[in-house]
Amino acid sequence: MRAQFVLSEIGVGLRRNLTMTFAVIVSVALSLALFGGSLLMREQVSTMKGYWYDKVNVSIFLCNKTDAESFPSCAKGAATEDQKKEIRADLGKMTDLVQSVQFETADEAYKHYKEQFGKSSPIAGSLTPDQMQESFRVKLKDPAKFEVISSAFSKRPGVQTVQDQKTLLSNLFNLLNGMNFAALGVMFLMLIVALMLIVNTVRVSAFSRRRETGIMRLVGASSFYIQIPFIMEAAFAGLLGAGFACVLLVCGQYFLVNNWLVHHIDVIQFIGWDAVLAKLPLVLAIGLLMPALAAFAALRKYLKV
Amino acid sequence: MIRFDNVSKSYPKQNRPALRDVSLEIEKGEFVFLVGSSGSGKSTFLRLLLREERASTGQVHVLGKDLARLSNWKVPQMRRQLGTVFQDFRLLPNKTVNENVAFALEVIGKPRGEIRKAVPQVLELVGLGGKEDRMPGELSGGEQQRVAIARAFVNRPMLLIADEPTGNLDPQTSVGIMKLLDRINRTGTTVIMATHDQQIVDQMRKRVIELEQGRLVRDQSRGVYGYQH
Repeated sequence: MRAQFVLSEIGVGLRRNLTMTFAVIVSVALSLALFGGSLLMREQVSTMKGYWYDKVNVSIFLCNKTDAESFPSCAKGAATEDQKKEIRADLGKMTDLVQSVQFETADEAYKHYKEQFGKSSPIAGSLTPDQMQESFRVKLKDPAKFEVISSAFSKRPGVQTVQDQKTLLSNLFNLLNGMNFAALGVMFLMLIVALMLIVNTVRVSAFSRRRETGIMRLVGASSFYIQIPFIMEAAFAGLLGAGFACVLLVCGQYFLVNNWLVHHIDVIQFIGWDAVLAKLPLVLAIGLLMPALAAFAALRKYLKV
Repeated sequence: MIRFDNVSKSYPKQNRPALRDVSLEIEKGEFVFLVGSSGSGKSTFLRLLLREERASTGQVHVLGKDLARLSNWKVPQMRRQLGTVFQDFRLLPNKTVNENVAFALEVIGKPRGEIRKAVPQVLELVGLGGKEDRMPGELSGGEQQRVAIARAFVNRPMLLIADEPTGNLDPQTSVGIMKLLDRINRTGTTVIMATHDQQIVDQMRKRVIELEQGRLVRDQSRGVYGYQH
């Protein structure tokens, strides 16, 4: 194998198809940037899930004396001390499910509410502690087991509702996942565009070099030797595109996340450089291999060896 | 060297087979003319030798190998022992004479030192000494064909296949090319040449194989062209 010969062939080929090469580089860069971006997004969502699900509870709200009219389950008035004891005891028995139980009194609930919405809110101003509900805040070992708690306690006397705070968050996560799927869809389309461009580039390239390849065939050059300049051409363009994709990802992390989002949204923990850098080798490998394989497949059709 | 045993070749979508039941043998060191009108099967015959095509039935042996049983990846190795020359020269217009000949060795991975030695030698042999740095466009047709022959012969093949090598040349230039092919034949290389050039065949008095509508109709040693066209 004469490296210098192959390299010069690649250079000639890339220059000959400069516009096509440029198109391949751009489309590979965009599709891989989207690919990396959606991987990072997924990681972001899962760290957010871990962070938030860790904080959320299942709340068993108890009947208040003012709930009698509005909630049929509370028709018998406020929860009695016996009912509360019973619920606490039953929760205590579910050791394989329940991690911890915290009782929130009406006064505490009032305090939390005021903390969250401030004293200036008109509703907070008109509320009194005895209008607030007492509740058990239950932390589950497995947050997915909400149904068990719900079915065990929701029909009990003295219980108003059992609320899974996770469902409040899951709407947000569904939105994020949806965006992620959209990004993946666009990536997929871009990838197809990139592959079609590569196939076409190889076709043009094979046609413009048919004289050389014809002679190579006649004098007994191996098919590997005939094909390798085409494959390396595609791989080189793909690698360049992947390089640009990496630059885009790094810029995205630096400018969008580190210098902007972090300062504006402080309740979310954002992914760091380690997550971004860990994706780059994968992006580069795909950028190198995928165009090479596409070129190889195209050669089987457009180049007789 | 070459043996055809009852070889037939038909192409898909064509009723008439291109070759029908051809059997023949060509020994090492022979010089053979392949004649016949257009469409008689000459090109198919040569394509079978190069294994550009496979025989539909029958067996083709080249250099002791059954081409039907030669796996695809071994074909390049086989072709390195063959040299091919065409009517249209098939040179690379953007490479010099030297580079054109060297190309044939570069692409089969020969070391540079060997290429540097072999190329001037073969250019001297074909009578192009001193024109190494010319571009093909600056050469006459005869000279271009000499470059093509140099490229075909630089790897010292056992067999040289020439498909109407004088088809684009005037009679006087053709004589020069034939002398060159004869010289190459005298080094022990088998030469098979398809041609329409009656004068050359009649002058050279070599073995003549004639095909007509895919059939072998004449195989004559020290033969003549034999038919009017």
